[in-house]
Amino acid sequence: MQGVVGGGAGAVSGGGGSSTSDASMSTVSKEDNPVLSSEDSSSCLDESELELGLGLSLGVGVGACKAQQGPRGGQYARILTAKDFPYVGSSTSASVSSSSSSSSSSSSSSLSRANVTAGTKRSADSVAAANGASSQVVGWPPIRAYRMNSLVNQAKLPATEVFNSLIVKSRNSNPAVGKGTSNACVNANEKGQLRSSLFVKVNMDGIPIGRKVDLSSHRCYETLAQKLEDMFATSRSGGEEHDMMVDAITPSKLLDGSSGFVLTYEDKEGDWMLVGDVPWGMFINSVRRLRIMRASEANGLAPRLEESNGGQRNKPI
Amino acid sequence: MPRMGYSFPEEVLEHVFSFIQSDEDRNAISEVCRSWHDIERWSRRRVFVGNCYAISPTMVIRRFPEVRSVKLKGKPHFADFNLVPEGWGGYVAPWISAMASAYPWLEEIRLKRMVITDESLELISKSFKNFKVLVLSSCEGFSTDGLAAIAANCRNLRELDLGESEVEDLSGHWLSRFPDNYTSMVSLNIACLGWEVSFSALERLVGRCPNLRTLRLNRAVPLDKLANLLCRAPQLVELGTGAYSSELRPDVFSNLSGAFSGCKELKSLSGFWDVVPGYLPAVYPICSKLKSLNLSYATIQSPELIKLVSQCQNLQRLWVLDYIEDAGLDALAASCKDLRELRVFPSDPFGQEPNVPLTEQGLVSVSEGCPKLQSVLYFCRQMSNAALMTIARNRPNMTRFRLCIIEPHTPDYLTLQPLDVGFGAIVEHCKDLRRLSLSGLLTDRVFEYIGTHAKKLEMLSVAFAGESDLGLHHILSGCDNLRKLEIRDCPFGDKALLANAAKLETMRSLWMSSCSVSFGACKLLGQKMPGLNVEVIDERGPPDLRPESCPIDKLYVYRTVSGPRFDMPGFVWTMAENPALRLS
Repeated sequence: MQGVVGGGAGAVSGGGGSSTSDASMSTVSKEDNPVLSSEDSSSCLDESELELGLGLSLGVGVGACKAQQGPRGGQYARILTAKDFPYVGSSTSASVSSSSSSSSSSSSSSLSRANVTAGTKRSADSVAAANGASSQVVGWPPIRAYRMNSLVNQAKLPATEVFNSLIVKSRNSNPAVGKGTSNACVNANEKGQLRSSLFVKVNMDGIPIGRKVDLSSHRCYETLAQKLEDMFATSRSGGEEHDMMVDAITPSKLLDGSSGFVLTYEDKEGDWMLVGDVPWGMFINSVRRLRIMRASEANGLAPRLEESNGGQRNKPI
Repeated sequence: MPRMGYSFPEEVLEHVFSFIQSDEDRNAISEVCRSWHDIERWSRRRVFVGNCYAISPTMVIRRFPEVRSVKLKGKPHFADFNLVPEGWGGYVAPWISAMASAYPWLEEIRLKRMVITDESLELISKSFKNFKVLVLSSCEGFSTDGLAAIAANCRNLRELDLGESEVEDLSGHWLSRFPDNYTSMVSLNIACLGWEVSFSALERLVGRCPNLRTLRLNRAVPLDKLANLLCRAPQLVELGTGAYSSELRPDVFSNLSGAFSGCKELKSLSGFWDVVPGYLPAVYPICSKLKSLNLSYATIQSPELIKLVSQCQNLQRLWVLDYIEDAGLDALAASCKDLRELRVFPSDPFGQEPNVPLTEQGLVSVSEGCPKLQSVLYFCRQMSNAALMTIARNRPNMTRFRLCIIEPHTPDYLTLQPLDVGFGAIVEHCKDLRRLSLSGLLTDRVFEYIGTHAKKLEMLSVAFAGESDLGLHHILSGCDNLRKLEIRDCPFGDKALLANAAKLETMRSLWMSSCSVSFGACKLLGQKMPGLNVEVIDERGPPDLRPESCPIDKLYVYRTVSGPRFDMPGFVWTMAENPALRLS
C-alpha cells in the first residue's frame, strides 16, 4: 500500500507541481543542476566539510570546486555507494561527524578514538545528566502522552498506598468493605470523576462562560498562566470590564496578583488556595478546578506579593 | 482517444478494475496506457495520502474525481513523543473544505496525527449525506461540540473512532445528539474522552443499534454500569471497559459475570483502568475465545495476569505492562500458541532501577514458545546479544521488531559490548522485517548490518546510536525499501545526508533531531532537490542568524509534488529552490 498518489514505484515527478504523472520515473532536468562551483562559492560552507557534495550532480566524490556536471543528466539519479567516496579517507574535517575509509566492514576499526568520543559527545549533550537521567530527555523513553497520563493517574498518585491496601483486603475476600474504602478506584478524584488527562474547569470573574484547561500539558505555573491568559484574552464575552481585564492580564501579573486578578484553585478538600505556593506536582494532585478571581474578592487569600507562607485557607466565595 | 483494436470496452475494464483494491496494483494499472489511466482514475474510490503535505487536495481531486474514502496522515511519528513542537502543522481544514464541494458522496475519513477543528467536523457533518466512517487517530484541535455536530447530522454514520485523540471536553451531552431514530452504529470508540458522557444517552444508543460490534468506553464509565450495557449489546465483538474498579459486591460481580457470559461473540477486550483484581474472574468465561487483549493500563500483578492469560488459548494479540514479569511471559509462551503480536510497556519508565523482574528472558521465552509471533514492541532495562540472536533464530518470520532498552547507550549486560551483532542477527534472519526500532549501545557496525540485510525494511527508528556519518550512509544506501526514517540524538551530519540526497525522493520522509546536520547542508539540500520539502524546525530562532556550520535542532525532509507549504509557524523554515520563496 504505497502512499504517494500518482506514482508507480512511488517516484514523483520533479519540478513544479504538475499533477498527473504518466511517467513512472522522475527526471531531474539539467537546469535543476547548475554548475556546482558557482553555487558553492557563494555558500559559506567549508569545502573540507562537504567534499562529497551532492549525490545527484557529482561525478565521483568530486570536491566542491570542480565544476563537473553529472554525466547522467536525464536519467534517474544514481544513488552513490561506498565505493564512490575516494576522498572520504581524509579526516581533516573539524566537524563532529567524520567517516572512515569507505570500502569494507573493517572501516569502523579505522575510526580514531577521538572521533568516537566526538560522536558520542553530541548525543550525551542531549541527555541531561551524564549518568543517564533518562527522565530528563524529551520524548524518552518513547511512550505516548496518552499512555503517560494514564500511568500518572494510576501508579504514581499518593493514593497508591490506599489502593494497595484495598487490594490486600479484596484478596482476602473481606466482605466488610466499609464506607471508608467504598470507592476502590486509584484515582484520588472521588465523586466518580475519573480522568485520563487532567482537564480542569476554569472560570474567570466577569466572564459567564467557563473553559477547561489540560493541566497535564504543563510542567510549571508560568506556562499554565500563559495558557490561561491566551484563553481568556480571546473570549469575547463581557463588556468594558472585560476589555480592561484583557489589557491587565499578563502571566506574571496573573501569578503575582498585580493585575487586579489572582489565580486560585479549589483543592480536594474544597478549600480555595492561591496558585503557585506549592510544588507543581503537589498542585496537580490536589487541584479540582481553577478560578481567576478579582483581587478585591480574594479575602483572606494572602496576596502573592506579601510573602505568604503557603496561602491561607478560605471558604469558597 | 486512440484505442488498441483488441482492448475491452471501458465498461468492462471498469468492472474488472473494481475488483482491484490495493493502491499499488491500481497505480500499476494506471501506468499501462492512457486509456487505462483514465478509466482507473474515474473508478478509484479510496485514496491514502501518507503525508498530507506531499500533495495538495486540489491535485488529488483533479486526478480522482469519484473518491468515497480518504485516509490522511499529518505529523511525523515522533510527534507522539512530543518532539514536534505544538503548531507545526498537519491541518486538515483545507482538505475538508476542498472535499466538501468536490466529493459530495464521500463516506469515509480517516485521519492520523492531524489537527481538526470543530468547524471542520461541522462541515463534514453537513456536506456528506452518506457519511459513514470517521476515524481520528491521535488527532487534536476539536471539542465535544464538533462531535455533537457529527452525532446530530450524520444519519448514516457507522463508525466513530476517536483513537487516542486529544478532545476538549466541554460537555458530555454530545452523545444525546444522536437522534432517537438513529440506529446504524457499528463501531464506537470514545476511550480517550476524559470526562463523563451522558450515560443514559449511551445506554439508549447501545440499546437501539443492533449492529454494534465495537464499543470502547472511556474510563469514566463505572464498572457497575457495564453489565447493563453488555446486556443490551450481547452481539459485541470488541469491548473496551471503563474503569474496572468498584467496591467488591457479590451482586455486581454476578451481574457482570453473567453479562460477559452472554457475549458469545466477544473476541477483543481492552480498557481495564484501575483494575480491582477481584473482578477479573468475571471475564474468565469468555477468555478462551479472545483474540486480542489490551491490559496495558491494568496495574495488576503477575499472578493475576498469569491466571487470566493462561485461559486465553486463542490469543493473537497481547498488550500488557511489565508487571507481567518474565514468569508471566513464560506462561504466555506456554499457553498462547497462536500469539502474533506482543507489546510490553513499562510501568515505571523513569525509575532508575528495575521495579519488576522483567528482562530479556521473557521475550526470549515468547519467541521460543509462540511460532507465529511476528510483531513485538518491548520495553526493558537489559539486553544481550545472545538473547537477540536467539530471538532472531527462533523467529525468522518476524516482521515488526521494536525494542526499547530504557536507558540510552546500554550495552550487552553480559559482555558490555555494543548490541550490534544482536540486531545484526535480527535483520539477517528476519528477511521480511518491515519495521525496526533500535536501542542500547550501538556503533556504526549495526547500520552496516542493516544496510546489508534489511532489504524489506520500510520504517527504521534510531535513537542515541552510531558513531559517524557512515552509519547513516549505510542505511540510506543499503535499505532498498526504506520509506520512513526517524533519527534522534545520533552523531550523523551533512556528508551522508547530502551524498544520498537522491534517496530521499524515494522515501516518504526523514526526521533528524539533535543530530549534527548544519544549516548550510539543509540549504544546499533544499536548493538542489526541488522534489523535497526540507523543513528546519528550530525554536531557538531563525537559523540564518547563526553560522551556517551550526547544527540545526530538527530536520524534517519529505518528498512532495506541491512545493513548500504555506501554513508553517514561526519556528519552521522550508529550504527552497528559490531563496525568495523561503518563508521566515
